[in-house]
Amino acid sequence: MEKLLENEKIEISLLLEAIFQKYGYDFRNYSIAHVRRRIRRRMQLGGFESISALQHRVIYDDSFFYTLLTDLSINVTEMFRDPSFFLAVRREVVPLLATYPFVRVWHAGCSTGEELYSMAILLKEEGLFDRVQLYATDFNNVVLQKAKEGIVSAKSLKEYTENYQRGGGCQSFADYYTAKYERAILEPSLKEKVVFANHNLVTDQVFGEMQMIVCRNVLIYFSRELQTRVIGLFYDSLCRGGILCLGTKESLRFSGLDDKFEQLLPDEQIYRKKYEQG
Amino acid sequence: MGGRYHAVCIGVSFGGMQALKTILPLLLSDFPVPIMVVQHHDPRADDFLATYLDNICQIRVKVAEEKERVEAGVAYLAPANYHLLVEDDYTLSLSVDEKVNFARPSIDVLFESAVDAYGSRLIGLILTGANQDGSHGLQVIKEYGGLAVVQDPKSAVAPSMPEAALAATRVDYVLPLGEIGGFLNNIFGLKTST
Repeated sequence: MEKLLENEKIEISLLLEAIFQKYGYDFRNYSIAHVRRRIRRRMQLGGFESISALQHRVIYDDSFFYTLLTDLSINVTEMFRDPSFFLAVRREVVPLLATYPFVRVWHAGCSTGEELYSMAILLKEEGLFDRVQLYATDFNNVVLQKAKEGIVSAKSLKEYTENYQRGGGCQSFADYYTAKYERAILEPSLKEKVVFANHNLVTDQVFGEMQMIVCRNVLIYFSRELQTRVIGLFYDSLCRGGILCLGTKESLRFSGLDDKFEQLLPDEQIYRKKYEQG
Repeated sequence: MGGRYHAVCIGVSFGGMQALKTILPLLLSDFPVPIMVVQHHDPRADDFLATYLDNICQIRVKVAEEKERVEAGVAYLAPANYHLLVEDDYTLSLSVDEKVNFARPSIDVLFESAVDAYGSRLIGLILTGANQDGSHGLQVIKEYGGLAVVQDPKSAVAPSMPEAALAATRVDYVLPLGEIGGFLNNIFGLKTST
């Protein structure tokens, strides 16, 4: 039976190689445990006998590839996930951002945009919205399009409202959406300050000089090596003193760049790029 | 038999606090393999359980950290609201993917990924719980030649999870809660003091 695992490992590595050569998306340094789960799921749904059969389809059928691309991207996100993070941004980060005449914020790997809109709401309430430019990027145009639409599922609203309040929200959360049947349309003015763009953290370069980068629960899907590369990309895309926000369970510990940042708060993964010495 | 197994993974749900604090303190400090634990709990739970267990155990108990390499004699608890997975290089990964069996962390997700990493050198243990998570994972462990252990449903606060595991696969050992800690020590040739 263990031979099967060996064979599957080879097939996955060939599949990822084929995807890279044919389509330019590079999953070769993703967490293998994550990639394997997603591929197995697609195999079950599509009734494939082997990964090699799936690979054949990927090479010859572009539209099938885009289905698999969505499988491999991170599509689970919620508004104001980890309220204590948003509370910390309000209390500790906003005063720092307020010292800049103009604030550029990059949501890297924004997926369907729930966190982006959460941040837009926060910045609006904290009086920074007039001088902010938000950039929302993802490598997957399908989720990026959803992010642009700004529609969330209505059944999540109760949870989002609770998160919003626990995250220091002081208005009525209901003012930020219009619910209709199963869906809720987020207040359109929230995206006035957002530029949506396709950007791939694995294969693309520096994105510009940002005051803040938010990339939460994306790095956990990468191998250690790839995490290091992407954190380097963030470092190069931040102004001196700029802020990097990671997911609650992510850290700079293994990146080799932890001495280039200071952690703003002991319990939150919010880092500030150090001013270089000398 | 000791060198045969390289890791233990444990799945537990309702009644888990009691079960873990019965089993883990019995494990001896030189327990020679890592232990990965999924305990279902409130998504907002903090690290209290790990801290508490660490204080009463000879082995180390901690919340699993992203991409840390597992070590012998350490029990890693999945953090609330994240799946816990084992990578092929024996580091741990967390994920915020969809819930599986209505749970995040899910026992199946841990067990399946641990089989990928450890193959037949894995022990799977299903404890008390009021759902069916882990049944499939335990079945996969058996399928790949690992050892399947289930808490005797009669000794479980909530019997449905161990019962589902027993129904899903041919389990190697069914043990009352009080015997599981000593059993694990024995497998690795450690003598439990009484």
